[in-house]
Amino acid sequence: MHTKTLLELAQGLRSGDFSSVELTRSFLNRIKQYQNLNAYITVTEEAALQNAEAADARLANGTAEMLTGIPIAQKDIFCTLGVKTTCGSKMLDNFTAPYNATVVEKLNQAGAVMLGKLNMDEFAMGSSNETSYYGAVKNPWNINTVPGGSSGGSAAAVAARLAVCATGTDTGGSIRQPAALCGITGLKPTYGRVSRYGMIAYASSLDQGGPMNRSAEDAAILLQAMAGFDEKDSTSVDLPVPNYRAGLNNSLAGLKIGLPKEFFGEGLNGGMAATLETAINEFSKLGAEIKEISMPALKLAIPAYYVIAPAECSANLSRFDGVRYGYRCENPVDLTDLYTRSRGEGFGKEVKRRILIGTYALSAGYYDAYYIKAQKIRRLISDDFKNALSEVDVLMGPVTPTTAFGIGEKIDNPIEMYLSDIYTIAINLAGVPALSVPAGFVAGMPVGLQIIGNYFAEDKLLNIAHQYQQVTDWHLHTPKGFE
Amino acid sequence: MSLTADDVNKIAHLARLGIDNQDIESYAKDLSGMLDLMTQMSELNTDNVEPMAHPMDQAQRLRADVVTEPNNRDKFQAIAPQVEAGLYLVPKVIE
Repeated sequence: MHTKTLLELAQGLRSGDFSSVELTRSFLNRIKQYQNLNAYITVTEEAALQNAEAADARLANGTAEMLTGIPIAQKDIFCTLGVKTTCGSKMLDNFTAPYNATVVEKLNQAGAVMLGKLNMDEFAMGSSNETSYYGAVKNPWNINTVPGGSSGGSAAAVAARLAVCATGTDTGGSIRQPAALCGITGLKPTYGRVSRYGMIAYASSLDQGGPMNRSAEDAAILLQAMAGFDEKDSTSVDLPVPNYRAGLNNSLAGLKIGLPKEFFGEGLNGGMAATLETAINEFSKLGAEIKEISMPALKLAIPAYYVIAPAECSANLSRFDGVRYGYRCENPVDLTDLYTRSRGEGFGKEVKRRILIGTYALSAGYYDAYYIKAQKIRRLISDDFKNALSEVDVLMGPVTPTTAFGIGEKIDNPIEMYLSDIYTIAINLAGVPALSVPAGFVAGMPVGLQIIGNYFAEDKLLNIAHQYQQVTDWHLHTPKGFE
Repeated sequence: MSLTADDVNKIAHLARLGIDNQDIESYAKDLSGMLDLMTQMSELNTDNVEPMAHPMDQAQRLRADVVTEPNNRDKFQAIAPQVEAGLYLVPKVIE
């Protein structure tokens, strides 16, 4: 059952080939069988089986929706009522959420069966899933390599078929990069498309939740259930949600694709470049026009991001004070000691680095030189996207400079780790949507192609990815040992 | 640009973030590397560019001034480290 797509499983549940309880059991068994990947932090077996029973009742009485009875998993950044919600941190190791995130609420209402909570980089800060308090996640394509991050557990679980699909969040590439490294389809929607309510904040002007699936068609189904206006999120956008499956079969004839030359420079590994060229040729065959363009401000996306994101994180994470919830140090002597030690003992190294540099960038005397300067560069980057997307319909490029790197290879060199996000970060600064689609392999490891669209053009991105997946089968490959 | 151990201690104090003494040097080195990265921004002239704080240039939404939240005090306090009589407890602040 685990080899089927979401759509096939939804059909199987309706035709009575299997029940949601059977399907859920089969995934729970796989989760146990492949525990070595460390993809899950919490497995909610009992609740999953109860919800599967309820889903079977809905399937029988005709009130089922597309996701009813489908076993999914939530990134552990989304608050789940009554279930441990850790955000990959010791700080929240003892935290049971008192409410559901809107995304969780919506997927529960749709009848999706949550199998558990997925591992991630601590507070979504990382590109390898190695900063998690619960240990590194392994990439199912080669267990000595990283799955990417921060939604590494989500990507590994979907790739290894330990969930039909999963939620992720993307602040600087955290859906697309792990999707690329694990050979799945991951979409970061337009900022404001998916509610951030109950999604633990890292950098609020960049954070966005999205679907992680095997195929674009499956991603359309999951996004449909996740997206939409939410009064509880002050930056949620009040625009109607289109039917994402309706346009999947639109022809790509006449589609204008821009290739930013800054994305194909010296930093891109040779094998990756060749694989992407082959992928882009497929779009020519489908009738698209390809054009090289230039986006000169892109090269400063990383420095601008590493001011803005840490600045926002230093403010957001000030809520972890050891007073209201989360970790508290033992025997504090006074209030300052309580704050300082609870935070010092509760946060890991990468989170501390970002709090410190963000605090510095916002401190008196440095605010203009760093924070305002970064915001100005953010404007120039955003203008580059606006100009480019007025010339062409979508942009294409790599997601990552290389395939998955080794566990331990970059963890002691933060700057080198940051540079691995070079192709994904600018998209968050502009706020436009982008997805990663499996586009081949280099030395047996998956390669992702990034497709970037205009604001709220998720339907177009899914259409393009779906058409590509009709003429290629990269998304159907399963890692060896997980068939 | 590089930060000294003193700088790190000062920033850590501003952030109320405990750093072990033995780790200060390694943070100073990492943060200096991050600052070098950030300094690349000066390559680009940004005179007369309007800073962009947010992807959607939108005003905060307004809502009617009515109570929408139920009282969740018991629920929230159930997950607090230390509470008594509905209050969050911290070490004594005033002698």
